[in-house]
Amino acid sequence: MDWLNQGVQGILLGGHFALFAVGLALVFGTMRLVNLAHGDLTIVPAYVALLMINAIHFSPFYSIPITMAIMFVVGYLLQRGLLNRVVQSGDVVGVILTFGISIVIQNALLLGFTADNERLKAGTIDSLSIRINENLAIGWLPLIIFLVALVVIIGLQLFLNRTKMGRAFRAVSDDQEAARLMGINTKHIWAMAMGVALVIVAIGGVMRGIRTTFDPSFGSLSLIYAFEAVIIGGMGSGWGTLLGGIILGLSQTLGARAFGPPWSILTGHVVFLIILALRPQGLLAKTVTS
Amino acid sequence: MKAATSATASGDRQFSVHVASRVNQVVLGVGIIIVVFFILFPFFGGTPMTRRLVDFLSLLALSQLWNLMLGYAGLISVGQQGYIGMGAYTLWLFADVLHVHPFVGVIFAAFVGAIIALPSAALVFKLKGGYLAIGTWVLAEVLKTVVANIKQTGGGSGVTVVAARDMEVSVRIQGTYWWALGATLIAIVVTYLLLRSRTGLALKAIRDNDLAAESCGVNLWRTRLYTFVIAGAGCALVGAISAIHVLFVQPAAAFNINWTAYLVFITVIGGVGTIEGPIIGTIIYFVLRETTAKYGEWYFIVLGLLAIVVTVWSPRGIYGYIAQKTNFYVFPLQRKLRIVGRTAASQEIAAEGGEVAG
Amino acid sequence: MSLLEIEAANVYYEDFQALYDVSLKVEEGEIFACIGANGAGKSTMLKTVSGVLVPRRGRLLFDGKPIDHMAPYRRVELGISMVPEGRRVFPSLTVHENLLVGAYRGRPGPWTADGVYDLFPLLQPLKKRQASGLSGGEQQALAIGRSLMSNPRLILMDEVSLGLAPVVIKRIYEAFKTLLDSGCTILVVEQDVQHVLTVATHVACFLEGRIALQGTPRDLTNDQITAAYFGV
Repeated sequence: MDWLNQGVQGILLGGHFALFAVGLALVFGTMRLVNLAHGDLTIVPAYVALLMINAIHFSPFYSIPITMAIMFVVGYLLQRGLLNRVVQSGDVVGVILTFGISIVIQNALLLGFTADNERLKAGTIDSLSIRINENLAIGWLPLIIFLVALVVIIGLQLFLNRTKMGRAFRAVSDDQEAARLMGINTKHIWAMAMGVALVIVAIGGVMRGIRTTFDPSFGSLSLIYAFEAVIIGGMGSGWGTLLGGIILGLSQTLGARAFGPPWSILTGHVVFLIILALRPQGLLAKTVTS
Repeated sequence: MKAATSATASGDRQFSVHVASRVNQVVLGVGIIIVVFFILFPFFGGTPMTRRLVDFLSLLALSQLWNLMLGYAGLISVGQQGYIGMGAYTLWLFADVLHVHPFVGVIFAAFVGAIIALPSAALVFKLKGGYLAIGTWVLAEVLKTVVANIKQTGGGSGVTVVAARDMEVSVRIQGTYWWALGATLIAIVVTYLLLRSRTGLALKAIRDNDLAAESCGVNLWRTRLYTFVIAGAGCALVGAISAIHVLFVQPAAAFNINWTAYLVFITVIGGVGTIEGPIIGTIIYFVLRETTAKYGEWYFIVLGLLAIVVTVWSPRGIYGYIAQKTNFYVFPLQRKLRIVGRTAASQEIAAEGGEVAG
Repeated sequence: MSLLEIEAANVYYEDFQALYDVSLKVEEGEIFACIGANGAGKSTMLKTVSGVLVPRRGRLLFDGKPIDHMAPYRRVELGISMVPEGRRVFPSLTVHENLLVGAYRGRPGPWTADGVYDLFPLLQPLKKRQASGLSGGEQQALAIGRSLMSNPRLILMDEVSLGLAPVVIKRIYEAFKTLLDSGCTILVVEQDVQHVLTVATHVACFLEGRIALQGTPRDLTNDQITAAYFGV
């Protein structure tokens, strides 16, 4: 357990956190909705993949695209059918509603799958690693997840900056009434944003299911990690979110190295609280535009 | 509850602004009878029912405090389990380690809750709206993780509250009952007085607009701080009561997010911003729990779905809906304009907010 | 058939009635000006046409077809476009991106980004700048350009001169001619009567939620307009 090794693991872990965080940030950015069910929605794709794998016995990696499609539909319909009704009712209503959804999802998963640990078995990949030297080995799976996170964040930036739909997302984010007057159907855009957020969540959720065990109670911590990454990095910036995730990941692994594994998560929380106290706008916050 | 706040003459008609109506004075009488009934309940109600009422009153007190934070200061917290858990552990600390009588330890728990709430408020108030909510959740997780990692508190497996266990059963149950009843009454009275006060009215009107609040002379930050601290102390107190009640404290149970889920669902279903709302919500919760307990966790899901439906389609909750239809309030928070004309009949006009008198 | 026909529209903000039986007809190729004091109901009328508000009673016909219950984005598809009060450009988007968002519905027609840059040459060098950094006049030009990108048949302009220097106002009104030539009909709301009367072909004067006076500027005397404006 060398410091360098823990550092590298922390950075890779941070990529995984960022993967969950960008969805939260995207939804907040386009509709100012703080989705408290986001964490539980990162668990749902792992169970969806589990059902598929149990039914047709294929590699969890193949289940990712199908899960992505399913989660897109779930997100679109959830937004269109329910959440769109409260987007303009202020953040309190949004928080109460998504908190309710969070608790319902968590308990429905408990009823359906019990509190037992589950794992998506991917064969030998979870034990393969690149050995750099005696003290440093990089697992293939964490590395792949980190690279996927990188690709997702770059992809999302390109989507937002270069495509017509992405421009519409940003226009709605800036001023939803003006966007409607320009012919944008904001209800559709919000639903698309939730769909895209859950597609990203699907990738991260299944990947985590391959990497570690999971159970229905994982939702709360997933939400909190995603939130901490968003706030550390500064809202509204994809690279900030990645940086936030990496700082959180590093805090956790280095905290485990310094104070022992039980204190790993707490070190992450404390670093978050320190940054919140000293720089509440986040490290890479965009300058406020009027 | 007679509360004529001002009376002015305008031409030949007189206006007086009342918070309560004559019906409410009857209600007050009935209320006193109900309170006396509740105080005497342990003497005739039997142990199982008294125990059940401890649960009921604890949840009601907690919901009322959550309601106060949201209804009075616009604060939305999903981290109250942090205070409940700390209250439970403080009680254990005072009762079993420092050998303070458990029923006195409850008071210390409330103090600890307030002391934790102060720096917590300074941190989470840097966040806005929904993110503030998650901030409170993070703090609850921090408290839980710290407690679970301290060997002396029994770590993740928890500890028995020996002092409470060794107490005589009837004394313990009656004591917890009266503490729970006291907590509930205090929560209701504090909420009533704050929601009805001048600041309460101003805050209701301008809740989500910091600038408007400041310009009306309301120090929003300080008001929020007070409310947050009151709620923190109250939740810790109820957490301490529950520790005596169940004789055992464990991080996973004491700091469970489900505590907050109950409070949110109860308050939202009953009606945010009213005192009657949480009472109705708690009754609905208990009816659901008692009638569907054999189906396991389903009642909890049903409760959550009900809260979702109410939030989207009837945001004032069940009580808000009834009150709007009948214009009747057991705990009148809004003011009524009574025109005392030369004619004998007096007319009542309900008016939202304060500035009614001409 | 008129391009836009409002028949006895009654519009409310919750319990407050803002328009009482307002009826008007806007013909193709017109510059139709609505004038009146603050709070007279002009802007409410425009918001009703754009679809932000829905009349509780009364009808709206565009090109003879009822549109009262159509969402704003569907109205853009039909060719109704709004230049909102206060410009409301998208602050974090660049000038060029703002124009592209204007073309979101992809209605065919003569207007392109290059056309807008020709109309308002001041925007050309600002193409890649964030709209939040623009001056009031530049933002107004951008807001009009953004609206034109949807190739509207009817363009609604809400207080376009508000808070702008006289020289900028003059330039914006000069652009009206190009708009008409491209096939646009203009429905403009103004508090500032002076400028708009020089270009308008038809005037409606709003007073306390009703139309107090209508006609061509030539037929109306200054005294009549003043009387209708102030309600004396």
